[in-house]
Amino acid sequence: MSKQLLVNPKICASCRTCELMCSFGHTGTFNPRLSAVNVIYYEEALVSVPIMCMQCEDACCEKVCPVGALSRDENGAVVINDEKCIVCKMCMSACPLGNINYSPILKKMFKCDLCNGDPKCAKFCSPGAIQYVDPAESLDRKKAMAEKLKDVFGEEL
Amino acid sequence: MNAWVGVILRVDLAAKTIEREPLNMKDAHDFVGARGLATKYFCDEVDPNVEPLSPQNKLIYMTGPLTGTGAASGGRFEVVAKAPLTGTIGAANAGGYFGPELKYAGYDGIIFENASDKPVYLYINDDVVELRDAWGLWGKSVYETTDLLIAECGESFKVSCIGPTGENGCLFSGVLNDKHRAAGRGGMGAVMGSKKLKAVAVRGTGSVNVARPVEFMDALVDARQKLKEHPVGGTGLAVFGTQVLVNIINESGALPTHNWRDGGYFPEADATGGESLADNYLVKNKGCFGCSIDCARVTRVPDGPFKSEGEGPEYEAGWSYGANCGVSDLAAICKASFLCNEYGMDPITLGATIACAMELSEMGAIPESDVGFKLRFGDPHAIVNLTEMVGKNEGFGKTLALGSYRMAEMYGHPELSMSVKKQEMPAYDGRAVQGMALEYATSNRGGCHVRGYMTSPEILGVPIKVDPLVTEGKASLLKLFQDLTALIDSLGVCLFTTFGLGLPELAAQYKHAVGTDETDEEILLKGERIWNIEKHFNIAAGVEKDTLPPRLLREALPSGPAAGKVAELHAMLGEYYELRGWDADGVPTDLKNKELGLANEA
Repeated sequence: MSKQLLVNPKICASCRTCELMCSFGHTGTFNPRLSAVNVIYYEEALVSVPIMCMQCEDACCEKVCPVGALSRDENGAVVINDEKCIVCKMCMSACPLGNINYSPILKKMFKCDLCNGDPKCAKFCSPGAIQYVDPAESLDRKKAMAEKLKDVFGEEL
Repeated sequence: MNAWVGVILRVDLAAKTIEREPLNMKDAHDFVGARGLATKYFCDEVDPNVEPLSPQNKLIYMTGPLTGTGAASGGRFEVVAKAPLTGTIGAANAGGYFGPELKYAGYDGIIFENASDKPVYLYINDDVVELRDAWGLWGKSVYETTDLLIAECGESFKVSCIGPTGENGCLFSGVLNDKHRAAGRGGMGAVMGSKKLKAVAVRGTGSVNVARPVEFMDALVDARQKLKEHPVGGTGLAVFGTQVLVNIINESGALPTHNWRDGGYFPEADATGGESLADNYLVKNKGCFGCSIDCARVTRVPDGPFKSEGEGPEYEAGWSYGANCGVSDLAAICKASFLCNEYGMDPITLGATIACAMELSEMGAIPESDVGFKLRFGDPHAIVNLTEMVGKNEGFGKTLALGSYRMAEMYGHPELSMSVKKQEMPAYDGRAVQGMALEYATSNRGGCHVRGYMTSPEILGVPIKVDPLVTEGKASLLKLFQDLTALIDSLGVCLFTTFGLGLPELAAQYKHAVGTDETDEEILLKGERIWNIEKHFNIAAGVEKDTLPPRLLREALPSGPAAGKVAELHAMLGEYYELRGWDADGVPTDLKNKELGLANEA
């Protein structure tokens, strides 16, 4: 079972380290505009949301690509083959989440490729707002809820 | 170009011309960046005797080589000008998101010259740079200005601006970016206001490169790991913010109360501390760009007379309005601190100036009719109302806007201004923390805690614990801390990285970013060079000698761990000058100038 990126906007501190490390990991330069993850801050709601490709099982980008440049790798990531890609940007329109990006600087498409199974965004996220977890083992939220029920119904120790 | 983008913008506000010039790489090498590099440019171009609020003063924004890279907490930039509050070199540092965005737009810094005849702001959208009309922004608060500019320019723009106090020449008005981050001290906002420059709005889509990507990655992983594992840099500041210091400093008997009159212990301190803030008003943590510490507090006072929201308060602001004014109402302290951000001014100086006014009023030196009400220590409404009055430039607020020294002098008691070189000392009593006393006296921008931060070894035990009550060894430790601090500010990283990182980690990131093989010692020497060029400027500007308010030198602390102590400055100052290679008057010797390559600056 491949792992999945999960985000927790409640604890995201808007530091955007994920953007820096994503761009550096993929391009060797620091540039939030070349990052496949972006942090959107909602000032009024006091919340920031890190957003990146969720690697849809039924991936529209993959389906729409006229040259078959998108495919799934062994980590479950939908990846772009730059050799095949003709930069038509159809995938950009097709993605329901807006997570396919085009760089005017590099003149190419880019998206989250899960960094070969070691995503930098999660690795460098200080508060732990981005986590890379096995969805089958992802019991954290269930456990947190169970904990509350335990406190309500459990015997006092 | 590695770590730099290699371009400086030069903006003549009178002629309305904008020029791009190559970054002076020799100076960038010798003076690192940000604080050091901007100071070097400033000293080369401006007469030290310039009147700070005249068009001939210049205002420089400068990033560092690590700004906008993934270096630990590498999101900072510096604003430099001759400071109107102190007459010293003014250098104020800020985090947030603005500095990196400027670099991504393709500029390492901006030099503003002369003054505009009407309000303007600088618009930067990558290579489109324009001076635009700012009549619609004049008089607006920092929050309003930021919102209006984002609405006008686009939501991805980052804004650095002044509030109404900068326009009105308040001597401690700051330059604020991203609404809540401040290049706060010394009156950089008044300099900007005197030039009729309301704001800089920037959007950048470019990249910052480093010389050795693989080694740089290793260096930043190591630095971030060490910072994360440190009890202060990793957890302390994240959980409670800087206000966590209130109880720690109070227990050390070093929390100055009632304008430093009544010792270093405030019985109600706990109600104003970081724990209390977290329990009552904290909404969430926030981090500056690329930072893992996340010390910023998004806070909200939900109801009551001081209903308000914003970011902070930071420890020193919390102290200046809290213990120093004898106020224990945290909601009032929060509100006063938020108002400072909104109006664009330095809460340390304002809180301390209000405390000074409280003492003078209780003595009868300031008549009630001047203030407009009976001003006494401990009044939470007074700190909020007076802050509003300074913000709006009304009534007694106009006097407070001069800072405590000029105000106390007007009322015949300059000795009761708790300031050094006319800038108010912050929240650590030099009588209980002797190294801080020496730090205040010798700081190149007047009373200040971020030109060395001796509290770290003396109270917090970072990186080593030393006895705060003795004078032995403080001069050499302070020299090291001052040089290191100058280096850190100039790199473009946050001073808080010292809660976890030392010279080797900082130097490793610098070396691999710019591509140098200098030794750690050679890199630290640049910090010393920066300290000395600042000193040269101050000497040429005729800044008063290094000393402390008489209260610290003569009035012993009445109680606490440091009972009976005064600041033993005389026991440290001579040794300090000697270690610095300065003469008995604190003037760098020819030998030292030669060693640092500053012979032409003397």
